Formats: sequence, structure tokens, C-alpha cells
Amino acid sequence: MDYQQLRTFADSWGLLSMVLFLVGVVGWTFRPGSRKAQDDARMIPFRDDEAEQ
Amino acid sequence: MASRAKRRKHARIYRANSYFRTGANVMTAFFSAGAYLVFGIMSLFMIATATSAGFAIHGVIILIACILAALTTLGRVKPTERDGWVVPEKTDGGYYDGVIKAGVIATVFWGIAGLLVGVVIAAQLAWPVLNLGLEWTSFGRLRPLHTSAVIFAFGGNALIATSFWVVQRTCRTQLFAPGLSWFVFWGYQLFIVLAATGYLLGITQSKEYAEPEWYVDLWLTIVWVAYFLVYVGTIVKRREPHIYVANWFYLAFIITIAMLHIVNNLAVPAGFGPKSYIVWSGVQDALTQWWYGHNAVGFFLTAGFLGMMYYFVPKQAGKPVYSYRLSIVHFWSLIFLYIWAGPHHLHFTALPDWAQTLGMVFSVMLWMPSWGGMINGLMTLDGAWDKIRTDPIIRMFVAALAFYGMATFEGPVMSIRSVNGLSHYTDWTIGHVHSGALGWNGMITFACVYFLTPRLFGAERMYSLRMINWHFWLAMGGIVLYAASMWVAGIMQGLMWREFNAEGYLVYSFAEVVAAMHPYYIIRWLGGVLYLVGALLMAWNVWMTAKGRLRDEAPLDAGQPYNPSADRPLEPRPAGALAQPAE
Repeated sequence: MDYQQLRTFADSWGLLSMVLFLVGVVGWTFRPGSRKAQDDARMIPFRDDEAEQ
Repeated sequence: MASRAKRRKHARIYRANSYFRTGANVMTAFFSAGAYLVFGIMSLFMIATATSAGFAIHGVIILIACILAALTTLGRVKPTERDGWVVPEKTDGGYYDGVIKAGVIATVFWGIAGLLVGVVIAAQLAWPVLNLGLEWTSFGRLRPLHTSAVIFAFGGNALIATSFWVVQRTCRTQLFAPGLSWFVFWGYQLFIVLAATGYLLGITQSKEYAEPEWYVDLWLTIVWVAYFLVYVGTIVKRREPHIYVANWFYLAFIITIAMLHIVNNLAVPAGFGPKSYIVWSGVQDALTQWWYGHNAVGFFLTAGFLGMMYYFVPKQAGKPVYSYRLSIVHFWSLIFLYIWAGPHHLHFTALPDWAQTLGMVFSVMLWMPSWGGMINGLMTLDGAWDKIRTDPIIRMFVAALAFYGMATFEGPVMSIRSVNGLSHYTDWTIGHVHSGALGWNGMITFACVYFLTPRLFGAERMYSLRMINWHFWLAMGGIVLYAASMWVAGIMQGLMWREFNAEGYLVYSFAEVVAAMHPYYIIRWLGGVLYLVGALLMAWNVWMTAKGRLRDEAPLDAGQPYNPSADRPLEPRPAGALAQPAE
């Protein structure tokens, strides 16, 4: 694989796959029902206090 | 109720298991001591074959470290009457905080050391006589000592200590392999000592923020793999189903730093000595170096410290993070954009224009996730803004986030090619870096030290909250002097360099520009002194807290004092008072 092939791949399929992955993971956080899971997850740092009592 | 036979059987199984476990620990101890022996023999080779004093001194340091490590490891193997030779368990079943305690002490120690060297080299720039005419104390050798001490020693120890604290609490499980975590801690200290002494002795591969030579790089790789194992091992045995977002940032930091470190340091040693040649050449080497250099900022000084932010800011504020969804968007967009921003360090160089433009565009886009994260951190205080007035630790967190926001706005601006034409190679860059490093990394680390110290040493609170308040204002004053003087000096420097007269000649010589910056160098040095004095107050505060002392002092802010005698209506008017005209 020479330089030209590598950069042609990088600015076509490579770029597209990375953009799709990013859009996918960001979109995933907006899926229906995600709010409940997120409301639960944001309380994680406070649970070890409960356990100590 | 279980039958007696069943209980006896269980007890037998338990004894067999614990025997196996302690037996394995004894094996591990002997295996580790053997590994230290191998390293010790290698260090003897270093000393015996050394053609330079620096390499021999490094051999002696490694030899001493190996002897101490082997003795400590074997010293943990104790004879018992029932089970023969065993290694007593390090933990009592709770969170494993011993190594975190050591990490906080190391953070404070290296912080003072790194800031002190910074003040010294700032003074050297203002008064060159302080170079002392010695190669070991020249600016060129002390400058990497300062940068590595504050970034890797102070920042690195803070990251390791806080990550071990956060991963245990948010996974609600004990640290994986506590013995290995001690190897990570002491191995990292050895890396720092080798790097620091190497710079003074002139052992460097001359790559900014990656100065250590090949054998020190290899050692750091071993330590970093152990760090990765401890961290991931703890996540794997977590009792909390969801991996809290702070751990994502810490893990991104650990993995990316491993990748950057290995690729940027691919070098071939020139024989068995302290000199190597990097496999890249020319502009490829420059691009690899700044891909490393900028992502050291992005993943060491940003992602790792954001891991701190997402745990300690909610904990200190007593409120969950503003938006968990935003924190996930923040994570992925930061990871995806940061890795491409490095080429903005190479504007107007031999790097192809398209690569320069790519670096610039990604740097500008990076502004958005950065501010998303800043807003997420600041808005965590929504409904508790009064804590900024009453809690000096929260105030430090908020200042850190404010500086994170400022530095991540200034950075994209400076990455624009035309702005960079003015700012590059000037002290504006130094001002930018220090508003990020002193403001964001320093402040958030101080706040975390103040959060962790009472908890680690079993104290009710820090020795003195008023000292934290003083530390905050000394640090703020120091940053203001530092950043403002460097902005002015840097922009002036850039403008003087590019000033042409009517005949097309440059107006100023280089030395004239240096002379013009002299007053600003003195102001910058004063800023550094203020920041160092604040950190010394922290060291005293941590020391006294560790000794179990509480300073007898008035509460920091009780609000306005209540005066019951004033809290009553005026006496009834005397008769006829209404008739009197006002004066």
C-alpha cells in the first residue's frame, strides 16, 4: 500500500466510518428511554456514601 | 441452620483456598524479587560499560531501586505457625487507599519541586547571571526539568492517585491487585527520578515533553501496562453495572498516552548507551512529535483531568453532574476531535498545507466539546451557587473550570493560521499554556488534594480552611500576573518581529525585542512566586492534617453577624415630633 492509496482510503471510507461511528454513539444517547438510565448513572458517585451508613 | 459436618467442610475448603491464595502470593513475591534481580544485573552492566558519567549514575539509581524493591518484596513474606510462609493480605476488605495516600503526598512534593524550578528558570530569563555558568544549571537543562516535573510528576501522580480513588468508588469494588498498584506508584517515581536526573546530566532525545531516552521510555512502558492492568482489572470486577463517565475519561487517558508514548518514542539505541536515533526523519518526525505533543495536552492534561472533574465536582458540591447525556456527548466528541489537532503546531513549516489546515479546522471545532464540558461542570452548581462564596474548595473547582473554558477558547483562536503567524514562537504561547496549566490543571489538582487529604488521613476536615482561601487568592494573583504579562510580552514580541520600515528592512534586532520584554519577565517571575507560596501553604496544610491537627480558627464565612439589640423597632416618637420641620 503506497502513500496515495493510504490517503485516498483515509479521506473516503476511513473518514466516513469514523463520522458514522461518532454520529451513532452521540445519537445513541438520545434514544427513547435513555433518560431513565442516565438519571440512574449520574447518581453513581453518591452511592458509596449510602453503603457506609 | 447448617449441620456441623457441612460447616466443617466449608471451613476446610476455606482453609484450602486461603492456603492456595497465600501460597500464590509467596510465589509472586519470589518471582517479583527475581525480576528485580534481573534488572539489578542489567544496571550493573550499565555501570560497568558506561562511557559517560550520566549513564553510570543512572545505572547506580536503578541498582539502588532494584535492591530496595527486592528487599521490600521479600520482607513481606512472613513465617506463620499454621500456614508456613505467607504474604499477609494488604487489605481489610474496604477500599484500598494506601497507594492513594502515597500518591497525594507525592503530588504535593513534586508540585512544590516543579513550581520551584519554574520560578528559578523564570528568574534566569529575567537575570541571566542565575544560569551560574554551569551546564547542569543552565536554562536549557532546567526547562525540561520544570515541564516534566509539573506535567508528569505533579499531574501524573495526581491522575494516578485520583483515578484509583474514583475507579474504586464508582465501581464500588476494591482495587484490583493492590500489590501491582504499589509497583505502578514506585515504578512511576523511578521514571520521574531517571527523567529528571537525565535532563540535568544532559541525557535527552530533544523531543519536547518526550525528552527521556530509550531505556527510561521502556521502563515507563512497563509501568504504564501495569497501571492499565490495575485500572481495567478494577473495572472488570465492578459491582456497579454502569461504568461511570469519569472512568471513560481516565481510561481514554491511559490508553491514548500508551499509544502516543510508544509511537513517538520509536527509537534505535546507538549501542548500549544513553543515545538513540528516532526512526522518523524530517517532517514526519515533526508531525509525529506534535501529534504526540498536542495529544499529551489533550489526553494527559485534559481527558484525565476531566475524569477528576466528573467525580470530584459533584462530590464536593453534593449534587450530581448537570447532564449525564452531555457528559457522554462531551466524551465522544472530545476523543474524536482532539487526535487531529496536532498539526497546528507546524503552521508555515514543511508540513503540507492540507495537513496544516486539517489541524486548524479540528482545533477550532474542538472549542464546542470543550465548552460543553465546561458548562456541564459549572452548571453542576446550579441551585448551589452560594457554595462559591462559602466553600473555598468549590471555588477552586469553579476557577479551574473557568480557566479550562478560557484556555480552550484561546487555543482554537491561536490555532488559526493567520493568528498563529503572530503568536507562534512568542511568549503568548507561554501565557496560553500557563493559563491552562496553572488555572485548569493546578487549581483542580489542589482542590482534589483538599478533598482527598482529610478522607485519607481520617480527619474531620482540612487543618485550616482559611489557608485554602489564602492559597486560592495567592494562586489567582499569580495566574493573573503570569498570564497578563505573557500576553502583553508575547503580542509585543510578535509585532516587533514583523515590523518593517519604509525601505523594507526589519525595524528591531532580536536583542532589542529581548530587552523590551525584560520588565514582563520580572512580572511573570513574581506571578510564579505567588503561585509557589500558595502551594507551600497547601503543603503545610496537608502536613498538619496528616498529623491529625485542626487549626483553631474562626469559621470562614458565617455571613453577617447577628445583633439582637439592633433587631427591634425604634422607640415611639415623642409627642409633637411631627410638627418639627426637617433640617
